[in-house]
Amino acid sequence: MRGKRFLSSPILWIGLLFAALMLRMDALQPLLQQAFPGVEPVVYNRDSFLTLFLSQLGLVAAASLAASLAGVALAIFVTRPAGRDFRAMVNALATIGQTFPPAAVLAITVPMVGFGARPTVIALFFYGLLPIIENAVAGLEGVASAVREAAEGMGLSAWQRLRDVELPLAAPVVLAGIRVSVTIAIGTATIGSTVGALTLGTPIFDGLVGNKIPFVLEGAVLVALFAILTDLLFERLDQRLRVTAN
Amino acid sequence: MIEIDEVTKSYGGRPVVDQLSLAVDAGAFCVLLGSSGCGKSTTLRMINRLIPIDSGAIRVSGEDVTQIPAEALRRRIGYAIQSIGLFPHWTVEDNIATVPWLLNWRKTRVSDRVTELLELFRLDPAIYRSKFPHQLSGGEQQRVGVARALAADPELLLMDEPFAAVDPITRDALQTELARIHRTTKKTIVFVTHDIEEALRLATVIAIMNNGRIVQLGTPIQILEQPANDFVRDFVGRQGLGLKLLSVRKVADRLRRGEPGEGEPLSLDASLSEAFSAMTARRADRLPVCDDAGRHLGIIALADLVR
Repeated sequence: MRGKRFLSSPILWIGLLFAALMLRMDALQPLLQQAFPGVEPVVYNRDSFLTLFLSQLGLVAAASLAASLAGVALAIFVTRPAGRDFRAMVNALATIGQTFPPAAVLAITVPMVGFGARPTVIALFFYGLLPIIENAVAGLEGVASAVREAAEGMGLSAWQRLRDVELPLAAPVVLAGIRVSVTIAIGTATIGSTVGALTLGTPIFDGLVGNKIPFVLEGAVLVALFAILTDLLFERLDQRLRVTAN
Repeated sequence: MIEIDEVTKSYGGRPVVDQLSLAVDAGAFCVLLGSSGCGKSTTLRMINRLIPIDSGAIRVSGEDVTQIPAEALRRRIGYAIQSIGLFPHWTVEDNIATVPWLLNWRKTRVSDRVTELLELFRLDPAIYRSKFPHQLSGGEQQRVGVARALAADPELLLMDEPFAAVDPITRDALQTELARIHRTTKKTIVFVTHDIEEALRLATVIAIMNNGRIVQLGTPIQILEQPANDFVRDFVGRQGLGLKLLSVRKVADRLRRGEPGEGEPLSLDASLSEAFSAMTARRADRLPVCDDAGRHLGIIALADLVR
């Protein structure tokens, strides 16, 4: 039963496809040569796709982890009595972070911190903050008032109410925000390649600059699979969370 | 047990509770009765400091509540509310064990206490302890809610319209259980309701409230027989007063000891309204009365009801 569910899981098949393309893209060389005659080389080979993937994974993980911690912390703060007055301000700042194009953030941060991974992580961090804050606030505020009142009336301290009642009940909604944020970050991270970060966007931009469509295709397919696979993993995590919560 | 001393609470300059004083004896079942907005819930919530007091003082067992840390105070006082507020991600057992865990009881003691409480509320521990709140009916949820309030054996139990949201049949059953639990545990209970029938049935003492003040304080019979003013008279209801009086008096008060009688006996604890109902249904003007052990004690006659 369990094995059958495992075999029918899209995570397995998309994961295998992703791994195969990443490690053995060169196997598609004859096919691509036929489709794009005259392009040489037809498979991107300046860095291995694995290197590009691991580098992008690191960038996204760093930015999303920081955005999750900061976003959830801010959401907790603005849903406490002491921080309630800051709620509108935090929301406005997060919205600015989201509407400010990541490319513009790169343009501002590169002169300050230099080329490479750093400006990319900073841009991803600000870009990914809004969905996390919004969902975490909605999740924390969505805890039924009866449950809050009972928790307070039983004598749970403010910290115990947060840790044992509010956060566990808000967790699925908080996770949904992180999921959106990470999925967006994977796609957005590719523009880091314009400032010298190594990502799966590197072949895309090289292809665009050098007029090599196969490079664009190879990078784009891998980024898409990376995003889909991550989303599926979050979905699995969400189901796990709901099972233990209910 | 509880002394409320000239307590005032205002919102936006308007007093919701106005210089209210009330003393509740240990073991009493005190019902705060009034229509919505009369300040009864506010009064209740000031006892466990969910609402801060503006002026005056509240003492529980002689201690000023503001001198006890709020969390420590609340762990000493059971609290049950209309909306119940069970923790949806915890099992029935974990919900009931909330306060014992906060008080660091040993694991086996907590588990034994949960079993004891589930049995007290006639919920089979083998079935119910590992269920989640969403798997329970409304009445079962409220039983667990009250069990949770009683878990750490608090000296005092505060209940804010706990049965207002359940259907009439379940409410009737829950009231019967609460009355039984009050008789057996002798806990001091402060209970808020707007339902006069519920108050008459459960209370040993009723405080009728209006505009943040107590209009009349007395036993159910005093409230019915000697209403302090027109407000109380209206609230209690001019119609059906006689039937309400029958409902608060017991067969034991009108027993003719030693006289023989035939038929299905009434218990000493039965109300006179139950006796009246039984006589009407059976077309009898006298019914035998027995004690809990089923021994014949005497009879009650129709004429005794209006004595």
